Amino acid sequence: MELVCPAGSLPAMKTAVDNGADAVYFGFRDSTNARQFAGLNFNDKRAAEGIDYAHQRGTRVFCAINTYPQPEGWEMWKGAVDRAASLGVDAIILADMGLLDYAANRHPDIPRHLSVQGSATSYEALSFYKNTFDIRRAVLPRVLSLDQVRGVAKHSPVELEVFAFGSLCIMAEGRCYLSSYLTDESPNTRGACSPAKAVRWQETPQGLESRLNDVLIDRYGKGESAGYPTLCKGRFEVEGNVYHAIEEPVSLNTLDLLPELQALGISAVKIEGRQRSPAYIADVARTWRHALDNLAANPGMFTVEPLWRNTLSGLSEGGLTTLGAYHRKWK
Amino acid sequence: MMKLSLGPILWFWSKQTVFDFYANAAEWPVDTIYLGEAVCSRRRELKPDDWFDLARDLKACGKEVVLSTQTLIESEADLRRLRRICDQNEFMVEANDQSALQVAIRNGIPFVTGPSMNIYNVATLRVLAKQGLKGWNLPVELGRETLDQLIRGLKEEGLDLPAEVFAWGFLPLAWSSRCFTARHYNLPKDNCEFRCIEHPDGMELRSRESQELFRLNGISTLSGSRYDLMRELPDMERMGVSTVRLSPEHLGMDEVVKRFDQVRRGEVPATDPLQLVEAPPCNGYWYGKPGMELVGV
Repeated sequence: MELVCPAGSLPAMKTAVDNGADAVYFGFRDSTNARQFAGLNFNDKRAAEGIDYAHQRGTRVFCAINTYPQPEGWEMWKGAVDRAASLGVDAIILADMGLLDYAANRHPDIPRHLSVQGSATSYEALSFYKNTFDIRRAVLPRVLSLDQVRGVAKHSPVELEVFAFGSLCIMAEGRCYLSSYLTDESPNTRGACSPAKAVRWQETPQGLESRLNDVLIDRYGKGESAGYPTLCKGRFEVEGNVYHAIEEPVSLNTLDLLPELQALGISAVKIEGRQRSPAYIADVARTWRHALDNLAANPGMFTVEPLWRNTLSGLSEGGLTTLGAYHRKWK
Repeated sequence: MMKLSLGPILWFWSKQTVFDFYANAAEWPVDTIYLGEAVCSRRRELKPDDWFDLARDLKACGKEVVLSTQTLIESEADLRRLRRICDQNEFMVEANDQSALQVAIRNGIPFVTGPSMNIYNVATLRVLAKQGLKGWNLPVELGRETLDQLIRGLKEEGLDLPAEVFAWGFLPLAWSSRCFTARHYNLPKDNCEFRCIEHPDGMELRSRESQELFRLNGISTLSGSRYDLMRELPDMERMGVSTVRLSPEHLGMDEVVKRFDQVRRGEVPATDPLQLVEAPPCNGYWYGKPGMELVGV
């Protein structure tokens, strides 16, 4: 299985390459990709330098252009596909059907990967994308249980990549409009969920409050650690009870599932987190490299070393990890 | 004149409630009715044959009937239900997911796309038109300006693809493998006791300052405010919108349909307010603002 690591900056990309990534993925410095953060991502010059660095060391580079262009943005998104092509990336990660069509016709020799934002959760959906745009690989949304992944993998017409570690989206990706309902930006339109520009922190007599476009997302008492106000991870009131009504702030960690994922024929495991620091990327990449090497060397004897688990827990949201939807009980 | 449609029922209602609702709807001035379970595979008050019977009855009453497919497809059982819906040639299908696109295209049946299908540009519509697309819904997070550009773009390319706009009701905003109603009751999803049947309009989720944010409805999350584009009907007509979608609610739907019908016929000013069940109105998406906002009232 291939280890696919995030690169939100040139230092992060080099770090991922140095710490054992088989492939890295990046986006341009605009809203054409699903991690539009201030100060993050690549201009053409930095991208060229990173790609050169990676290729010299045998690491492949994917470019994510996985938001949905509206008519006004069509030329810019199309331009992003052309830029990725001329930079010599090894694959373009796309979600929009119009852009997939454009890439397939204009740059047929550059492999197309279906982004998780393409919302393909069944082999029928994968067949649609394969037949229509000849995609080579698809990233599966984080909503499927391991049994369901098995069902998809058995009949999949394309390579599959699954999320292994990082932030956990609990909604079917590519089809979640919660962020644009509260703010004016969503992953689909602007590559942003709960955008930083809409976040406000405020000390109050009741505690530290986090707000998104003035909506109270959470309020923390003394001693509680505060997290970024991703709107689905707030505490809300439903029928008189205040609780994490949608999701707790935890991270996905699938180390324990590696042997099963390999047995299913999964081609690659993906690390989430282009918004993370190079130091974070170094620890995560190194840990997963060890785990995958261990799996390859000892098929049938794989065990998760405590050090890996501790390292990854220390890097997780709230120090907590979950198997997410892969684990049926999570629901 | 623009057509009026009733979207699929997004809530979990008893079989009798569903039958009563459509018995009434047969008499309402709606042109198109979308039928079927679009949200949760565990909701089986109506069997597939019940839906087909309903579809034939409503067709006999002069309604155009479209069969809606489930939005989040996760299992082989989900695919079996999807194939059943697409294994006929009496009715058009509303594809709410790419799995449905694949099956409809393979079977060579005509299809339209629902609001959860990501259609953000003309190139996407062009691709689907080649494969049998007969109409499409604007994704709920897109607004007037984008819709106008899309309709113009289609005209320029000579593509005749009628546009439908979700214009009234709680907006479907997200789908998950997790069931939030079951979570509220501390029940596992696989043994959920079908508690969402007790919440025919969903469960209100509020901020700790009592701001209505969302409605939890099984695996889906809807807007806490009710989207209402009644005032925009004249504008939609000018732009060339073909159909205006109203999303079913179990109370007062006859009044809603009646008023939208009067407005589309120009019998009542579009600005006359219509407030039935307590829920704040919103229209932000239409104006390119946060969806929850209310602009210009």
